[in-house]
Amino acid sequence: MSRKVALFATCLGDQLWPEVVQATVAVLERAGCSVSFDPAQTCCGQPAFNSGFQSDARTVARHFVQVFENAEAIVAPSGSCVAMVHRYPELFRDEPAWRARSEVVAHKTFELSAFLVRELRVTDVGARMAARVAWHDACHGLRELGVHDEPRALLRAVQGLELVDLRTGEACCGFGGTFSVKFPELSTAMLDHKLSALDPQRVDVLSAVDSSCLMQIRGRLQRQGSRVRAMHLAEILASR
Amino acid sequence: MHLQPASVILRSVDQPGPETFAENARAALRDTTLTGALRRATDTFAERRAGAIGQVPEWEALRTQAAAIKAHTLARLDHYLEQFATNAERAGVVVHWATDAAEACAIVRRLAADRGARRLVKSKSMATEEIHLNAALAKDGAEPVETDLGEWIIQLAGETPSHIIVPAIHKTKEAIGELFVDKLGIPPSSEPAVLAEHARQRLRAHFADADMGISGVNFGIAATGTILILENEGNARMTTTLPRVHVAVMGIEKVIPRFADLDVFLKLLPRSGTGQHITTYQSLLTGPDPRGQGPSEMHIVLLDNGRSRIAADEVMRQTLACIRCGACLNACPVYQSIGGHAYGSVYPGPIGAILTPQLSGMHSAGTLPFASSLCGACKDVCPVKIDIPSLLLELRQRAVEGTPGHPATRGGFVDRMVWRLWAFCMRGPRRFRVAMALARLGEKLPLLGRLAGPMRAWASTRELPKLAQRSFRSTWRGGTS
Repeated sequence: MSRKVALFATCLGDQLWPEVVQATVAVLERAGCSVSFDPAQTCCGQPAFNSGFQSDARTVARHFVQVFENAEAIVAPSGSCVAMVHRYPELFRDEPAWRARSEVVAHKTFELSAFLVRELRVTDVGARMAARVAWHDACHGLRELGVHDEPRALLRAVQGLELVDLRTGEACCGFGGTFSVKFPELSTAMLDHKLSALDPQRVDVLSAVDSSCLMQIRGRLQRQGSRVRAMHLAEILASR
Repeated sequence: MHLQPASVILRSVDQPGPETFAENARAALRDTTLTGALRRATDTFAERRAGAIGQVPEWEALRTQAAAIKAHTLARLDHYLEQFATNAERAGVVVHWATDAAEACAIVRRLAADRGARRLVKSKSMATEEIHLNAALAKDGAEPVETDLGEWIIQLAGETPSHIIVPAIHKTKEAIGELFVDKLGIPPSSEPAVLAEHARQRLRAHFADADMGISGVNFGIAATGTILILENEGNARMTTTLPRVHVAVMGIEKVIPRFADLDVFLKLLPRSGTGQHITTYQSLLTGPDPRGQGPSEMHIVLLDNGRSRIAADEVMRQTLACIRCGACLNACPVYQSIGGHAYGSVYPGPIGAILTPQLSGMHSAGTLPFASSLCGACKDVCPVKIDIPSLLLELRQRAVEGTPGHPATRGGFVDRMVWRLWAFCMRGPRRFRVAMALARLGEKLPLLGRLAGPMRAWASTRELPKLAQRSFRSTWRGGTS
């Protein structure tokens, strides 16, 4: 099924990991979508929202709604940013007009793996990668969007890839936005617990669908000199 | 093996400071005995819980039902409380109403003093922890002996509970053995059965002598004036039946409408808390026994202490639905890492992070709502479906933006300006591009990047990511945008 997709690159993806966004485009196109990117987009507003500054978050959310409200489907390579968009109606609970507009937008905003599997009914995107991969269930995707089986189904369909079970797969990576810099030791302790179940002899790649979690995980793995790489799902799915 | 009790070095929210939680967390993380004991215990409870609820196919329906009963009751709290009090009095209970902690303590002190009661025993109760009842009674030389094993250990050690149902969760059996050698003069042992036997002997003597028993309440049934107390050691049964006076301290949110509602809560609470199908003891008490068995007097102290204010707040009201099972503590990656003392409040963990600021005020406990990564594990396990992450976000918003009549308590002028500027830059693509161009320049100035507080905090344990040389938007379709 061909679908018109408006890509939300996410601010982190756009500015720090453009290769992840490029991979997202490649995967969507391979799945038969025609992808557009509106350069008017910025951020979903989550950093301010999670810090309590809801009026600043509303400012940014209004911009998001204006940019995307005419799209057919909005897809982002992040469960956390999509979950934020799904919270817009609640954020605008006292502004009925914006509430209604944001409900429309929230309804058609999808996380990448959920969009591929649930909407397009695609699990094999023709990817190939010889690696042993463990999966990190990012909290917001897992608990707010119910994304669990979708990325696993996609990974299992990748030729040459072995999906390795991770006991702490559903444990939080400790990022939590400003939490990670307000309480750096605690944030890192949470991550180290997660990584304690990761066997570098059995796993080559720890993957997730959220660049923010991956920033935290990668930063720690690099600091520790680990041989395990942190890699976004889109990059794996775009490999050939 | 030694154990430096974390509580000794930790500061409480009674001594406020924006850095209190962060300092406490750092101290807790350095204590490897503590972190090891916590990890083992919380993992065990989480596994048992998962096993127990796996056998209840209607689990989700029960949660929904429990949440509905609580929401219904909390919206009509005054009605059900009056009904509860009337029916309890009809059964022979003396009901006392306490507006705050001081009033509740004064009531219990007077009850003890008027009866010349000096030897008091107490079963586990978070409400009495909340009002610091033991300290108040100690002023009259009548500090109660805690009879729950965990609470008794904590009392011997001069600490406070670090978990709402497992007060000594932070202690290893070795540390408890050393404590008993020190305080009770027993021969060295770290064998749980041996230690429990010593405790049993000591506590039996206290029960036999006691002239007043103090308990908490798990549920108060409006239709009958009955209270229910759940426990596993038999100590609450003895506390409420052996002494001639029984005083129960009950938070006003503990009331439920009907006896039949227990059917739902009794399936949820033990499974969520300890992974048990049912607790070993369930004591249903409806006034003193007219046949003269058990206590001749029964008192119930209905404790408000800020609860009616929370009940009046439609957004935050669901905080009061909590049945104190402790599942959110066991599931929380923050709690699992640092334990309860770091929160510096009677109620720790996710529920403490929403309840404490509402009970004690945002000034002293306003940091707690920020002490979470918002992972949502607490919401998943809550048997009454309290949306803790959303309430944390609501409290964060109130802390930094304030509410009518209550100015902001967190996030100073600089914070506000930073977010205002951030929102300004994110409101349009040109501003965004300019801001990111400036950030790329800033990143090239090595000192600036290293000195900026958040970046330094990040880099203390993790490599800092770098901005891409070319953003996605600058490369899209050949960089036409």
